[in-house]
Amino acid sequence: MGWVRVSNSLSTMKIAVVDPQSDRADVIEEGLRDAGYRDIHHISEMSGLLERLSELAPDVILIDLENPNRDVLEQMFEVSRLVSRPIAMFVDDSDMSMIEAAVEAGVGAYVVDGMKKERIKNILATAITRFNTFSRLQSELQATKAALAERKVIDRAKGILMKAKGLSEEEAYALMRKTAMSQSKKLSEIAQSIVTAAELLS
Amino acid sequence: MSRHHVRIGFIPLVDAAVLVAARELDFAAAEGVELELCRETSWSNVRDKVAFGLFEGAHMLAPMPIAMRLGLGSVAHEAVAPFVLNVNGNAISVSRELAGIMGALRAPENGPKSGSAALQALEVMAAGLRELHRKRGAPLTFGVPFPFSCHAYELRHCLAHAGLQTGREVEIVVVPPPLMVDALRAGKLDGFCVGEPWNSVAVDAELAEIVLPTARVWQFGAEKVLGLRQEWAESNQETLFALLRALHKAALWADRAENHVTLSEILAREPYLDLPAEIIERSLNGHLTLAPDGRQGLFEDFLVLQRKAATFPWRSYALWIYAQMVRAGQVEHSPARLAAVRAAFRPDLYREALGPAGVDLPGASEKVEGALAVETPVASSGGKMFLGPDAFFDGTVFDPNDLEDYLAGAAPTGRGRLAT
Repeated sequence: MGWVRVSNSLSTMKIAVVDPQSDRADVIEEGLRDAGYRDIHHISEMSGLLERLSELAPDVILIDLENPNRDVLEQMFEVSRLVSRPIAMFVDDSDMSMIEAAVEAGVGAYVVDGMKKERIKNILATAITRFNTFSRLQSELQATKAALAERKVIDRAKGILMKAKGLSEEEAYALMRKTAMSQSKKLSEIAQSIVTAAELLS
Repeated sequence: MSRHHVRIGFIPLVDAAVLVAARELDFAAAEGVELELCRETSWSNVRDKVAFGLFEGAHMLAPMPIAMRLGLGSVAHEAVAPFVLNVNGNAISVSRELAGIMGALRAPENGPKSGSAALQALEVMAAGLRELHRKRGAPLTFGVPFPFSCHAYELRHCLAHAGLQTGREVEIVVVPPPLMVDALRAGKLDGFCVGEPWNSVAVDAELAEIVLPTARVWQFGAEKVLGLRQEWAESNQETLFALLRALHKAALWADRAENHVTLSEILAREPYLDLPAEIIERSLNGHLTLAPDGRQGLFEDFLVLQRKAATFPWRSYALWIYAQMVRAGQVEHSPARLAAVRAAFRPDLYREALGPAGVDLPGASEKVEGALAVETPVASSGGKMFLGPDAFFDGTVFDPNDLEDYLAGAAPTGRGRLAT
């Protein structure tokens, strides 16, 4: 009897992802869908956040910790104890390790008060994994972009040297490497100064 | 000397000045403390990162360690405040529209004829609020940075005094300080109570006028404190005391007028406020530009970083804040909660850390708030301590020993939006 009921409860659980960065929200949403959740809403517009959330009445709210609008949610928190659907942050001393992981990953979670903890753990765990995946993807992407930019500069510098000094490609590259080593600079820095100098002199 | 690494979270505001000075002018390094300052985007983050050990402590709104102990807004955590980072420093500003209505009401033939400057300013603001509320037929909206903040309590205190009800004439909503100016521009706010530099930024953007510095609401109220996890404070006393000595020296330096140019230049840098130094300097000197037309105002004790025992964590501050939480309907008074509040501010740690360093310490650890009309000498270890003035604009006196009487006599300050 187990799994049917679980999947039922998953599909009826309404989750709001509050994140102005829609590419990250996509990654999180995908993760939650893979885990069996169906009722997921992405809020990217921060103005009118409270109205939107009261209208939506989600069971769980996930928010990026770098979002200053977290404090706006906290207000909802404070006053919502007086209305019918109170919302409380998912923090409990028995779940310290999970909460620490969430804070480190940069994700905050708020849930309807009275909801069973077990039902939330899975969502939070998914969100943590996805947040971490996203940060890793982001830094990999940035590293790739930086490497590409460096390659471009080195190629341009090589071309300039080949033209100006009548060198072959290998000779131009070897000259830059030698200069970089003797000045203890990065190859890309030497390349950049060649490009800058050529621009100034042209 | 062994180096102690301490991570302290802060929100980019002028009143992070003492922490920044402690790091940038090497007061911390001189005490063997490697002070890492971590810029944060929300007070909720500050609270959680201290609670879960990502920071040892933080620049906190004075009500935050109390709210943490009471489990307001989150699960209860044992936080302590052994040092006050500043007294005063906030202001109430209103939109150009509301300011325009107030300007007409302030005209000599209409304006209030008697009472203190603060009472008169509040009377004009209240009349303006009523007028705009009548015209609009809907409640006005004022922003504060956090539900548990002196901004919220002082604004509520003013509105209640003027007979204005939250939920009826005025709604109080939370808006992150850096977003206050945008919210004003978008017509979502009619005013706000916020710390500097955000009032001045709104004035420079020609969106607001400053009507009342909170130093005129309560002449000497704690604003930010150093909030720490109690467990860390108790098991790292040597480091804590070194940090408090560094903060004391930094506060002495930062409070001196001749250092304000340097201090504002440092605060203006990218890792801190990332805003023009000139705007920051205004609140350090208490010399504010009040309106887009360039009107100036000079306010005594606009922001106090050290003088008059400003860094001492008086227990009566915590008790006053607790009383405001009760008035605002955020918590119900009980003896158990009162005990938790008394444990939040820690004058004992301040004494233990700074007494041996020769700092002048007051004879008492709590006082009657609002009792001093003028600067007054008080008993202290060094015999050179002056306190006050610390009056409330409405003449209220808060005696921490008569908390029940105060609560029985004080009007409720209403509740926020969604509560009705």
